[in-house]
Amino acid sequence: MKLSNMTKFWISFVLAIPMLIQMLLMPFHFMFPGHNEIALVTTTLIMGLAAFPYWRSAWQAFKKHAANMNTLIALGTSAAYFYSIFAMLTHRPVYFESAAFVTVFVLLGDAMEEKMNHNASQALSALLKLQAKSAQVSRAGHFITVPVAEVKPGDLIRVRPGEKVPVDGIIVSGSTDLDESLVTGESMPVHKQSKDHVIGATLNTTGTFTFKATQVGADTLLAQIVDFVKQAQASHAPIQNLTDQLSHIFVPIVIMIAIITFVIWYSILAAPLVKSLLFAISVMVIACPCALGLATPTALMVGTAKSAKMGVLIKNGEALQKASQITTLVFDKTGTITKGEPAVTDIIGKPEVLQVAASLETASEHPLAQAIVRRAGSLQLSPVTDFKAVAGKGVTGQLNGKDAAIGSTKLLTEDLPIELKQEADTLQQAAKTVLYVSLNQKIIGLIALQDTPKNNAKAVMSTLAKRGFKTIMLTGDNPAVATQIAQQVGISEVLAGVLPTDKSAKIAALQAKGEKVAFVGDGINDAPALSTADIGIAMGSGTDIAIESGDIVLMQDDLAGVVKALALANKTFNRIKLNLFWALIYNTLGIPIAAGLFVSLGFVLSPELAGLAMAFSSISVLLSSLALNRMKPAPLA
Amino acid sequence: MMMLSQWLVLIIGLLLIAFTAWWFFGKRHSVSQVADRVGSEQIGRITVAGGYSPETLVFKRGIPATIKFDLRDSTACLSEVSFSQLGIKEKLNRQAQTEISIPTDKVAEFNFACGMNMFHGKVIVK
Repeated sequence: MKLSNMTKFWISFVLAIPMLIQMLLMPFHFMFPGHNEIALVTTTLIMGLAAFPYWRSAWQAFKKHAANMNTLIALGTSAAYFYSIFAMLTHRPVYFESAAFVTVFVLLGDAMEEKMNHNASQALSALLKLQAKSAQVSRAGHFITVPVAEVKPGDLIRVRPGEKVPVDGIIVSGSTDLDESLVTGESMPVHKQSKDHVIGATLNTTGTFTFKATQVGADTLLAQIVDFVKQAQASHAPIQNLTDQLSHIFVPIVIMIAIITFVIWYSILAAPLVKSLLFAISVMVIACPCALGLATPTALMVGTAKSAKMGVLIKNGEALQKASQITTLVFDKTGTITKGEPAVTDIIGKPEVLQVAASLETASEHPLAQAIVRRAGSLQLSPVTDFKAVAGKGVTGQLNGKDAAIGSTKLLTEDLPIELKQEADTLQQAAKTVLYVSLNQKIIGLIALQDTPKNNAKAVMSTLAKRGFKTIMLTGDNPAVATQIAQQVGISEVLAGVLPTDKSAKIAALQAKGEKVAFVGDGINDAPALSTADIGIAMGSGTDIAIESGDIVLMQDDLAGVVKALALANKTFNRIKLNLFWALIYNTLGIPIAAGLFVSLGFVLSPELAGLAMAFSSISVLLSSLALNRMKPAPLA
Repeated sequence: MMMLSQWLVLIIGLLLIAFTAWWFFGKRHSVSQVADRVGSEQIGRITVAGGYSPETLVFKRGIPATIKFDLRDSTACLSEVSFSQLGIKEKLNRQAQTEISIPTDKVAEFNFACGMNMFHGKVIVK
């Protein structure tokens, strides 16, 4: 039979309509002529089409000493159906509609579940479909359009405005702004120029550029993300262990409760046979543990896919659960809290200091030099002649015919004016690197540089503190520099001078004190610390993911991602707990009601209603999981 | 005063409860099967019908291994199989068998289950 559950549902539903009309007319004492015969025929068709697969599956399971939701459905529907045939032959009231409607509702639940599961898993493969279909590849000097599958590493590819970058690579010529939101979650376009990495499936906005393909096919970043998330979706969360254990014994216990229900009603309370039977059937139908089984995997599936779209990759259910229990966050300093490269912090002296320094440094590739040039920005620079780099000291050259130099004290030939000396001392005490600038044999000023905190570091730390997290900075740098940075961003605790090999020991010490520790690092140098921590959060560079090292991988080199990741993990895990709670409540409340415990209060659950409630419980859990798609990153406080 | 039929139902009910407990909870060894060797590969076949047969599949270490799932069941849950330790979640197909390769580089046990985690099976590499 190749009918989908949805088709089967509609056919069964149409077949059940006469019984529905009959049920509605019943209070008016109107009976269709031959209504029992009609019910027999339509119900038999429904059983054959829709209920039989459950019976067969239940029988196969029974032979293996196993019981599952199909067992309950099969027992409930077959009991109602065969009792009704017996009742019809012996001229008693029939209950075909119970068998028919339970089947219809169970099918509805199954069909909806298939559809929603499909939707949830679709979200992920939709990512892959966003790749470009073709690429303009240079072949024999001409750019020709080829399918993206034919692109090989090393190919030169041209991308024009409005086109998608087909594969991962490095820009060879041209510059542009790329919309990388699809892959990294970064909403602002990112400027790219020669030697920058580009990511496949990102959107080119303004310029035309040519790049060399480095990764294609399954090696591209997008393919790796999809793979990573797929694994997360198939994973288990430790909280599931409870339901796993429960699922082994749940169904047989429900069968026993149903038998007890029947026996008590019939033998002890002397209820009619059919009434006792209907209570027992209701118990089996409502106790279907579908919602319990769906609670965790569906939330995990939606939560991890949604997080991935926001640039937060969560490795598995265990990482998700642990991330929701974190108390302390330990940050690596260089490159995590700070930019990882020096920037000019102070310029002291004559107005032309920066112009002179930048003019000299344009030709140098030293990181300090580049920082000065960056700071100069659009300043008009003078041409330099006679440029000389003095290793370990600085650079010298001629600017408009005058001698100019920039460098450390070792480069100086003349004495330092006393006021500059004082300034330099203060700056050095603040753990800054000081460079002296001289023009015409005279020191005109100094420039101080430091590895500065990322722009939003302070906001991130205060947000984390407000949410009750303890923040600690861990670094191999000297205490003076570390304390300086910690003060700037608002971290209270500093562990400085820690050798790379001792970082994981420091984390273990925190754990010994009962803290649940997350370590945030760049994922390249910090592998031991990342794996020792309860949760390792690896900050990505945006071009390759440190998949192996982190439990959570941030696609963007942005500290705000830490706040986002913790919030997303928390929301998803809370949703799992909520789902499990609902699913358990359904059963713990549903079973006694179905068993007729509250009959005296007027609460009666017919098998049809039990079937509807069962379908509704699965659907509500699914909807609750799908609602995770609406998660939004909370703003920084 | 209970009638005969009520006594009968009570006794049969208790017997049924005892049977349910014995049938489902009684100690039983699960059926395990060693995978077939085909050339340089090992191929294990699992029939999916109201559960997995065999429930436990044994592979030899170091030889590439594949499981072929043959879906003979049309209920929603069994139409998906997931190996959570391996990060695999696959839709099964009634028309064609679904192949899943199992890493055999080291001794290991991998549990697998249906979409709702109601049916369980195990793969042993030794």
